[in-house]
Amino acid sequence: MTEPARRAVAARAASPQALAVELAARDYIVDDALAMTVYLALRMQRPVFLEGAPGVGKTLLASVLADLFETRLIRLSCYEGLDLAQAAYEWNYQRQLLALQAHGRRVAAGGEPEVDDLYREAFLMRRPLLQAIDAAADRAPVLLIDEIDRADEEFESFLLELLGEFQITIPELGTLVARHRPIVVLTSNRTRDVHDALKRRCLYHWIDYPTLATELEIVRRKVPALADQLRRRVVAFVQRLRREDLSKLPGVAETVDWAEAISYVAGAALEPATVDATLGLLLKYHDDIERVRGPLAAQLLAESA
Amino acid sequence: MTARLGLGHDVVGFARALRAAGLPVGVSESESFAQALAWIDPLDRRAIYLAARATLVRRREDIAVFDELFAAFFGGPSPGRGQPAPVAPRHDPHPVARTALVSYMAERAEAGVRELDVPEHHKVASPNEQLQRKDFAECTPAELEAIARAMRELRLDLTLRRSRRLIRARRTGRLDLPRIVREAARRGGAVLALARRRPKLRRRPLVVLADISGSMELYARILLQFLHGVTQRHARTETFVFGTRLTRITGQLQIRRVDAALAHAAREIVDFAGGTRIGECLHAFDRLHARRVLGRGAVVLIISDGWDTGEPARLAAEMRRLAQRAHRIVWLNPLLGRAGYAPEVRGMAAALAHVDDFLPVHDLHSLHELAGRLARIPRRKGAVHPGRSGVPVASGLAAVGPREVSYPRAPSQSGRRGQP
Repeated sequence: MTEPARRAVAARAASPQALAVELAARDYIVDDALAMTVYLALRMQRPVFLEGAPGVGKTLLASVLADLFETRLIRLSCYEGLDLAQAAYEWNYQRQLLALQAHGRRVAAGGEPEVDDLYREAFLMRRPLLQAIDAAADRAPVLLIDEIDRADEEFESFLLELLGEFQITIPELGTLVARHRPIVVLTSNRTRDVHDALKRRCLYHWIDYPTLATELEIVRRKVPALADQLRRRVVAFVQRLRREDLSKLPGVAETVDWAEAISYVAGAALEPATVDATLGLLLKYHDDIERVRGPLAAQLLAESA
Repeated sequence: MTARLGLGHDVVGFARALRAAGLPVGVSESESFAQALAWIDPLDRRAIYLAARATLVRRREDIAVFDELFAAFFGGPSPGRGQPAPVAPRHDPHPVARTALVSYMAERAEAGVRELDVPEHHKVASPNEQLQRKDFAECTPAELEAIARAMRELRLDLTLRRSRRLIRARRTGRLDLPRIVREAARRGGAVLALARRRPKLRRRPLVVLADISGSMELYARILLQFLHGVTQRHARTETFVFGTRLTRITGQLQIRRVDAALAHAAREIVDFAGGTRIGECLHAFDRLHARRVLGRGAVVLIISDGWDTGEPARLAAEMRRLAQRAHRIVWLNPLLGRAGYAPEVRGMAAALAHVDDFLPVHDLHSLHELAGRLARIPRRKGAVHPGRSGVPVASGLAAVGPREVSYPRAPSQSGRRGQP
């Protein structure tokens, strides 16, 4: 990247306001609190810890940031039992065993008894965390550590260390250090309280469901085909629906999907029958659909007029 | 940096105020805040607020308190979004009646009475047979003290669950290729032993929902003492009590001294007298806590006599939801200790379909049984305990049918029948 280009990209995060504008230009609407958190995270070189209900756009922020800074997005999806081998690096054991066998045959045929170095680059499989360190050679990548609450405590302590120094030590090869610190985004659905020490290293932000105005704007950008009047009904309905007692509240992605569906099937106005027919796009649990379909949906529709 | 902004004083003082209010703000957090201030416009109050929030707040629940304190410290109106501040139950304007239990515990705390040392004629570890099977509701305070002491020996070791993390194993488990190759490389290519690894076993979380409403009064105190012991010895125990409302008392029960723990818990609990609303309380649990505490194969203990003044349909629905999320639901009912009891009470009957184990909890012996049961929870969700026929002695249950019912082996000594 040329120097002027680099400066232009850096200028996108010159202030929280500038950042918010750049994110909005990529259809990711943030409030001033989130803009400030991301801005400070970039300046202070700390990870961002995003917590919130599923479907509010936590994971999306990382890809938008990668686009904004014209850099690579590296994604690590967490699960229980995630360990060093899957997260950072692993040796290609199968190849190594084959190499050992080949070596054995060579010795039998009178060749060198020395074992070729089994622990060299050719046998190393790089996983996301090591990829992030490698990619940082040229420019800071965005490292997304998704759903950290699904991982267990052992992984958290490993991550804590990594986020401090940003280096990984491979005993056979040496220590690899990141030249530029990656931009790190951690997300959590709060199915478990993540360890305090990890949170302390990050800047924390709770993402809530968007306000009416924000959600209207999001739908306007994602589903431009939807008429103004319909859009208002759609978003108002979902906002009202979120106040109901459901197993799983519809997220922003669901609103967008539903808006798109409505743009295809609805006439000039939103009818209860249409709502009933398309409820499956908003609600993903049978119980919820049964509860809402029919009189309740009609009532919510009327209330959100 | 902070001197230039003239805010140095305020940063430290503000952090201290937040700490006093219970927020986890330490030195490193204050430093972060100070650092952040260097990047923002020092005259922009909103920016200062946002920077403070980003660096000093680590939990969603703390935001409301933080907003209040920020307004107090830096002047101006509260910067929160105008959401209604969460009203602590203590400040609820409605007239509140405390249950007798809660009053008792609160009184006890104020009087500063220390636990009486009842002279024991036997060894502490083994109360006599009679005490083992004496219904808590019929015990004298002295006997309750003795039972409480005996309960301290009781361990509730839940069966472990297999996690996905793999650790070294000697003989069982799958092959551990990384180690095999590493050791072979060390020996010039010879594979001498097959290293193995197996899934790591972990503790299951234990979630207790205890009914402390009027009808459970006679049992509630001793059961809370029991739960205190459990919390002390079993990490990852979450305890909630309910009557007409749900209250989390996990933190309070972690206090080591029993009396202090129960006193603190009593201060938290505020309940309207008059009936139990199990369904609603389960709903509150589901909405506020379930996602966080029921992960990782949790075992849920519900301690209640099933007297529910709410809708049976509601209770059934909430139980179904709970059953989907928890690995095992164990319902402990002190009334099961009485001969002739059959769960015809509307609430109880509705909930039973979703209960895995239905057990009595009326005397010390039943607590031992509970411990034994928890140590043998089947790994598969919904499986019946090995070695039990599952056919209840009393009829009337077969129609309602939990998957498994256990009756005490000896009938209660008092001879009292049926429902109070």
